[in-house]
Amino acid sequence: MALLVVEDLHKRYGKEEVLRGVSFTLERGETKVIIGPSGTGKSTLLRCINRLTEPDRGRIWLNGEEITSRRTNIYKIRAQIGFVFQDFNLFTHLTALDNVRLGLIRVKRMPRREATERAMRELARVGLADKANAYPAQLSGGQQQRVSIARALAMDPKLILFDEPTSALDPELIGEVLQVMIELAEAGMTMLVVTHEMGFARSVADEIIFMEKGVIVEQGPPEVLFTNPKVPRTAEFLRKITEFYGESS
Amino acid sequence: MELIFKWEWLPQLGRGLLLTVELTAACISIGAVLGLLIAIARLYARGPIYWLASAYVQFFRGTPLLVQLFMVHFGLAGWGIRLTPLLSGIIAMGLNTAAYQAEYFRGAIQAVKRGQTMAALSLGMTRGQTIQHVIVPQALRLVLPAWSNELVYMLKYTSIVYLIGLPDLMGIGRTIASNNFRFFEIYAVVALIYLALVLIITFGLRLVEAAIRVPGLGTARQ
Repeated sequence: MALLVVEDLHKRYGKEEVLRGVSFTLERGETKVIIGPSGTGKSTLLRCINRLTEPDRGRIWLNGEEITSRRTNIYKIRAQIGFVFQDFNLFTHLTALDNVRLGLIRVKRMPRREATERAMRELARVGLADKANAYPAQLSGGQQQRVSIARALAMDPKLILFDEPTSALDPELIGEVLQVMIELAEAGMTMLVVTHEMGFARSVADEIIFMEKGVIVEQGPPEVLFTNPKVPRTAEFLRKITEFYGESS
Repeated sequence: MELIFKWEWLPQLGRGLLLTVELTAACISIGAVLGLLIAIARLYARGPIYWLASAYVQFFRGTPLLVQLFMVHFGLAGWGIRLTPLLSGIIAMGLNTAAYQAEYFRGAIQAVKRGQTMAALSLGMTRGQTIQHVIVPQALRLVLPAWSNELVYMLKYTSIVYLIGLPDLMGIGRTIASNNFRFFEIYAVVALIYLALVLIITFGLRLVEAAIRVPGLGTARQ
């Protein structure tokens, strides 16, 4: 069975149906990239997967355990799913080190010393060991996002969800974050990434999901989607977004 | 008319001052704990707990402090609950400042960005852990400037407890003044002592603010 199974997910905000029956699977070690116009429910979809947003209908399994079941301990599930936010959401009052080890100490009940060692390892992994004692406001956007990736990694997640991780960054800071993500994908981390970075999608993704208006329009390997999409709308979207963002990034 | 102040009055005023400080410290502490709980109840609870917390704030902010003090001290006595003046003072003013502090805390908690909660929950923290380790530590830093005002108000408001017979700074001052018919001098000295206390508190809290300051988490004064 796939690591993550999403089946017929629906979510409505008032009159607007943001997700209208989304189904897909994610295998262990796989990187899938979700692309699509703004307001198509991509972020909502990610938030439904760890139930930061409650879906109205549909089921989700992680590693065979149904997340959407009322009996599931959602806190335990969330601890296994890393989440990287568009605007980082580092804890403002804590240093980089404390940001990374808070979950280890409070959720995993790890002894302080062990948690510190683990947190320092993750900070080193994203190249920020020397910023351990800096507060978020003292870090650049790219550094903050790398700390937030370290925070997710420290929890030993089964998969990490990335919600437009580079969209809030100045262009010259995007590369350092993408580099960390590329290394993660190469190291075999399971990742589900919402992004407009077509270069990343094309070179790193095992599969690309194109979403629009709450449904998956088309999904497949990047070489197929980029060169020979089955649905005309996919081709149109890819052409427009590539013109706008460029491909090299 | 000459001004007369006898140095022998100072030790008596000192005893009153001590009581004023103790009373203020007790009230503000009770109010801080209770106020924080009420703020959390008003923000996170639903149903009866929410309504109760809201009614509490409305009642204590909507009625005069003196009426509340008399209700506790003289009113409860009518029901057979006789409290010492000190206890009545602490309870009435502690409950009163709790309502005001609750509103300060509520504002500060609401000022903590929603993404902070999302990030904490996404790590697997419970709502309680999120409030305890993420929301409250930030809210307390944000609330400090406004909260300082409440402490200063409280210090000055304690001067009404002489009306239930407590020998606080105001109470002692009043006794000395009436015994010696030196109202202006005594009340002027009493006022200066209050002023000195307010200045000390204000300065002390600025030191605290500086000590717990975190870059990017505004405790900036206007």
